[in-house]
Amino acid sequence: MAQIRIQNVRKEFGAFTAVRSSTFTIEDGEFFMLLGPSGCGKTTTLRMMAGLELPTSGEIFIDGEEVGMKPASKRDIAFVFQMFALYPHMNVRKNISYPLVSQGMKREEVKTRVQEVARILKIENILDRPVGGLSGGDRQRVALGRAIVRQPKAFFMDEPLGALDAEFREHMAEELRALHDRMGATTVYVTHDQLEAMQMGDKIVVMNHGVVEQFGKPQQIYDWPATKFVAQFIGSPSMNFLDFEGMIGIGGKSVDLGEAKIEVPAAREGRAGKLTLGVRPEHVRFATESAYRGRVTAVEYLGTTQIVTLRSSHGDLKARIPSDRPVREGELVGLAFDARTLSLFDAETGKALRSDANDGVLGHG
Amino acid sequence: MSSYSITEPSRRQKWFAGVLVVLYALITILPLVWIIGTSFKTPSDAIAYPPKTFFTPTVEGYVNVFTTRTRLTEEQLQAVGEPQTWYDRLVRKDGLVISGPSRFAERFTNSVIIGFGSTVLCIVLGTAAAYAFSRFKVPLKDDLLFFILSTRMMPPIAVAIPIFLMFRSLGLSDTHAGMILLYTAVNLSLSVWLLKGFIDEIPVEYEEAALIDGYTRFQAFYKVVLPQAATGIASTAIFCLIFAWNEYAFAVLLTSGNAQTAPPFIPTIIGVSGQDWPAVAAGATLFLVPVMVFTILLRKHLLRGITFGAVRK
Ligand SMILES: Nc1ncnc2c1ncn2[C@@H]1O[C@H](COP(=O)(O)OP(=O)(O)OP(=O)(O)O)[C@@H](O)[C@H]1O
Ligand SMILES: [Mg+2]
Repeated sequence: MAQIRIQNVRKEFGAFTAVRSSTFTIEDGEFFMLLGPSGCGKTTTLRMMAGLELPTSGEIFIDGEEVGMKPASKRDIAFVFQMFALYPHMNVRKNISYPLVSQGMKREEVKTRVQEVARILKIENILDRPVGGLSGGDRQRVALGRAIVRQPKAFFMDEPLGALDAEFREHMAEELRALHDRMGATTVYVTHDQLEAMQMGDKIVVMNHGVVEQFGKPQQIYDWPATKFVAQFIGSPSMNFLDFEGMIGIGGKSVDLGEAKIEVPAAREGRAGKLTLGVRPEHVRFATESAYRGRVTAVEYLGTTQIVTLRSSHGDLKARIPSDRPVREGELVGLAFDARTLSLFDAETGKALRSDANDGVLGHG
Repeated sequence: MSSYSITEPSRRQKWFAGVLVVLYALITILPLVWIIGTSFKTPSDAIAYPPKTFFTPTVEGYVNVFTTRTRLTEEQLQAVGEPQTWYDRLVRKDGLVISGPSRFAERFTNSVIIGFGSTVLCIVLGTAAAYAFSRFKVPLKDDLLFFILSTRMMPPIAVAIPIFLMFRSLGLSDTHAGMILLYTAVNLSLSVWLLKGFIDEIPVEYEEAALIDGYTRFQAFYKVVLPQAATGIASTAIFCLIFAWNEYAFAVLLTSGNAQTAPPFIPTIIGVSGQDWPAVAAGATLFLVPVMVFTILLRKHLLRGITFGAVRK
């Protein structure tokens, strides 16, 4: 069990900077998600935490102890690789017992521990099989078994479900989360799938181009994205952006998009110039009386809800509305936004402006 | 019309391929069969014309390759008395007695020591170098690799004279150590390159998993990389052994009394008592055995794909 703290960690590969000055803290027992698009430095960050890669600068603390110079074998952590990396020349039992053998544990004890882990993961029947012929799911379980058998301080998992097909992923995701809840060990989980991150994580770090964009609870990140990147990356369909020229002063409660006056949470910082209004599709309502209007260009039926794509004077947007409202393509409708849920971004920097609603959750770590 | 599959060869294709393989096998195996056959002939059968396909086999050739014999006069033969052993009796037919062992066994042992010694050294050094080149940031890696390969860009024998002089002044001429070093030097570049290729193929995650499981880098190398490089090591070892085993020119040049290997020795059998082709053939046949056994022993490693896709899929 461990708290892990990343402080100003930076990693360069030659001239290329893979991770720029990351700072965040993973609390003891948390299921922590490292989320971001491909190539953003998630794996690199995780590998530095595990001791497989040396940071160019910065510090990593595990349980308060600086581990920068400690080799992976001394950090007492377990790593589940994306492709599992089961030792191909050993059978399942040997694979799982391998970390225990290195500690010089007694044969009998190894045997009971492996048995126990196999029971938890329901793989008792394949213990004596070679790993070569196993299905994806079984390999995944064996890899997990090898990780949990040692009862390490923390688990690091690099897209552990990436190699599984969609249906099975969901199932394994649930199993993983259940396993975590049962063992309570700190888990750091890398994924590029925002849904997976939202479903499984206690906390999420969103990275992009080696930069930590935001760090917080899934709900906070979803509701109050700190940057336009986060707003777009999380949620499906993603947040709508309406670009406009305008201004808002400290304490200001509305912005003007052309003719329409749109209420927003009270601002804590002012800005004038190019701004972007962010609104989630589910917070867009059809309201005949509204001055802000859009024309329907497409309708996507999803059962209980439908996604309506509209063209407005400040850009295209999508609305998620109940499917009992009949919608015709080409129809002109008034649009209203739920004032308490809106975000304002500085269009140039992409950063969210602080307001009464989002203050304190825009953490960059 | 019958349906056919594009992946499965048709019956006719299979038949044709089979015939080709058998023909090729026959062509390559014929000289071998001939040598082995000759080794069991009598000297006169061996040079009979037209050649004898059917003959009464004898192990005279094998006896001759291991012994030296002298021709005695009738009185001398009487003095020696009745032949004691089966091989005494065999040579006595021709009025000869065995005067002592030949140097074949000694030369053969030299071949084993030098051949296997250089192979082991080549594999140990080659694996270590290949691992380092494959996994670590080695300064000037590409240049070094090219340099290593460039040692094979001309025939090794082209530098025979410098090596001869060098060996003489270092006292390595006609020593086992000298020959082992020489063959290792010649084979090492091949071994590094081949093994690097095989080690590159082994995903680095295996070692990382082992490092995280609490093993040192050396243990990870030893327990995880080596078993998976077995295929590569086996095939590299076979190449190295075959070269060292068959090498003739350096052996002639650099060895004579002490460390002479079998290849320069076998032709000298011809001169011992007339043209003793069966003895030469027997020497050649015996000479083939170790490489053949070694290859057959390692064959299962050559054929077994060891990874079975445990990383991917
Ligand atoms: N050993 C290395 N040498 C050079 N560049 C590297 C190395 N490892 C990673 N990189 C680069 O660093 C960047 C971040 O890589 P990283 O593997 O951390 O991304 P990631 O977020 O895990 O992406 P993915 O989702 O594709 O796994 C990439 O652009 C990658 O090309
Ligand atoms: Mg990655």
